Amino acid sequence: MGEAPAIEAEGVVKNFGRTTALAGLDLTVPRGTVYGLLGPNGAGKTTAVRTFATLLRPDGGRARVLGSDVVTHAARVRSVIGLTGQYAALDEYLSARANLVMIGRLSRLTAAEAGRCAGDLLERFGLTDAAGRAVKTYSGGMRRRLDLAASLIGSPEVLFLDEPTTGLDPRSRAVMWDIIRALTAGGTTLLLTTQYLEEADQLAARIAVIDGGRVIAEGTPGELKSAVGGERIAVDLAAGGDVEAAITALKPFSAGPAVASEDGLRLEAPVVLSDGLTTTVVRALDAAGVQVTEVSIRRASLDDVFLSLTGHSAEGKVAA
Amino acid sequence: MTSAVLSPGRGVTRQAGRFAGFVTDVWVLTKRSLARIRREPETLAEVTIQPILFVLMFTYVFGGAIGIPGGGSYHEYLIGGMLGMGLAQTAPGTAVAVVTDMSTGLIDRFRSLPMSRAAVLSARTVADLLTQVIGAIVVAGVGLAIGWRVHTGPGDIIAAFALALLFGYAFTWVGACLGMVLRSPEAAQQSGFVIFLPLTFISSAFVPTQGMPGWLQPVAEWNPMSALAAACRHLFGNPNPAAAVHAWPMQHPQLAVIAWSVAMLVVFAPLAVRLYRRKALG
Ligand SMILES: Nc1ncnc2c1ncn2[C@@H]1O[C@H](COP(=O)(O)OP(=O)(O)OP(=O)(O)O)[C@@H](O)[C@H]1O
Ligand SMILES: [Mg+2]
Repeated sequence: MGEAPAIEAEGVVKNFGRTTALAGLDLTVPRGTVYGLLGPNGAGKTTAVRTFATLLRPDGGRARVLGSDVVTHAARVRSVIGLTGQYAALDEYLSARANLVMIGRLSRLTAAEAGRCAGDLLERFGLTDAAGRAVKTYSGGMRRRLDLAASLIGSPEVLFLDEPTTGLDPRSRAVMWDIIRALTAGGTTLLLTTQYLEEADQLAARIAVIDGGRVIAEGTPGELKSAVGGERIAVDLAAGGDVEAAITALKPFSAGPAVASEDGLRLEAPVVLSDGLTTTVVRALDAAGVQVTEVSIRRASLDDVFLSLTGHSAEGKVAA
Repeated sequence: MTSAVLSPGRGVTRQAGRFAGFVTDVWVLTKRSLARIRREPETLAEVTIQPILFVLMFTYVFGGAIGIPGGGSYHEYLIGGMLGMGLAQTAPGTAVAVVTDMSTGLIDRFRSLPMSRAAVLSARTVADLLTQVIGAIVVAGVGLAIGWRVHTGPGDIIAAFALALLFGYAFTWVGACLGMVLRSPEAAQQSGFVIFLPLTFISSAFVPTQGMPGWLQPVAEWNPMSALAAACRHLFGNPNPAAAVHAWPMQHPQLAVIAWSVAMLVVFAPLAVRLYRRKALG
């Protein structure tokens, strides 16, 4: 089992009543990597993590963590994983230190080890000064940090973080990112879910984009971006500009279909970069009688990846 | 040093043995519940202020109107019944605590740890048993203050309190089951009025069953609460009109208390743990 990947999912299905949360999820997470699970609300990220962490029994397919099946060898899986769920999993009435010691003892550490581990983690996460305070007096950011600290007790080999920075302000998010980067330097395998493309881009070595309970794309952030075209051209039309004519005029230059914004005033298309491209495009649009206010080139973001893969933006699926 | 904490799979000593593990888990989680009480002692009102109010109310408001068949002081009659009520009525509190726990992410964390599956509920019942000990002491204390006296030896007194606590402990598992079934803390709180209040009042806890309508008498006589009241009154040497009732539990109240308690434990403890495991797997 030394060679088994950190996490392996084969056709995992999970239904809640008539909702299908996971519709045949396939995933392989190599050991020692940060793996991003990226998807919009309701994509099945939490369900996937809870299945891997033995909290849910899949209705179909199999999942293994370090080679152990999450259903038949749940106890073995539990002894090698750490979980930071989407919502803080702490006892509000206990102090931070008491929370960590409790989790340590329940992770089968001796009292001495649990105490030492708790002290180390509090220091590492900058919580030593607040260690004696009840958790219910903690701010959202402190709570998140303590929650992450709690999942590190017992030095898990595989760590699950479900949306670790959702709801944090930019400063707390940056602190969290630093902590996560430091973690992975120690060789821990990390499965991270997020709705933020930027976050996955920043932290993960590989990313699986999931939507509707299925992986719809997988690869390094670079691979995913180049799959949608490395560069994108954006055309801002003047009010009343002819979208159809603009799309036609853009066609010879684009490496894929152009997408219009909802108000029809912005067009975007993947392009292959060449000298003087912007000028050529402006001329072509001019010749077609399309009035533009701006033409610009930018690198594809993961947002573009998402949009072109799912047909809706990552931040929500309002426009279904 | 910090990297040492964070490096994976560092040889941590994991204690062996399922039972030893279970005992440790229960102990650790019981301490968690007790720490909560230390921070918010008002959660003890259920086993302190409430029984005091009940004792005072029944003694000085209703007591004068309640006749004891066979004679005797109501002050002495009351405490045996009050003990059962004081302990059994912690069950809704158990239910509230379990519902609240189950609705937090903390339970997810517990479930992802290599800990015993039965420990969470077991620890809750142990913590509640300890608060019941406080409740029993409060009832006895306020009883002594209003003139309740014990007319037997230490063996009988210990037996009475042991029976009361066994009985109370069985009820904590009923509360744990309710907590697993009900969806909100409010519903769990309501179970006190819907289940436990009738259970107490349709019994000989506060009034002798002889005064009840004929159709209700068998219900009251077979009510476990009546058995505990009769057993305690008998063991304390207090007025026990139930001794004149022919129903089996009233003739053998100690045995009846043990039988009821064991039956409740055998049914509700495994059921609660099963519900927990099932919920655990969604
Ligand atoms: N316990 C449950 N009971 C019923 N439906 C559920 C349950 N858990 C999840 N679902 C449904 O399964 C689908 C996937 O949910 P999941 O929580 O895995 O999504 P997610 O990707 O984590 O979303 P979010 O970004 O909002 O956290 C959703 O449609 C959700 O409503
Ligand atoms: Mg989620």
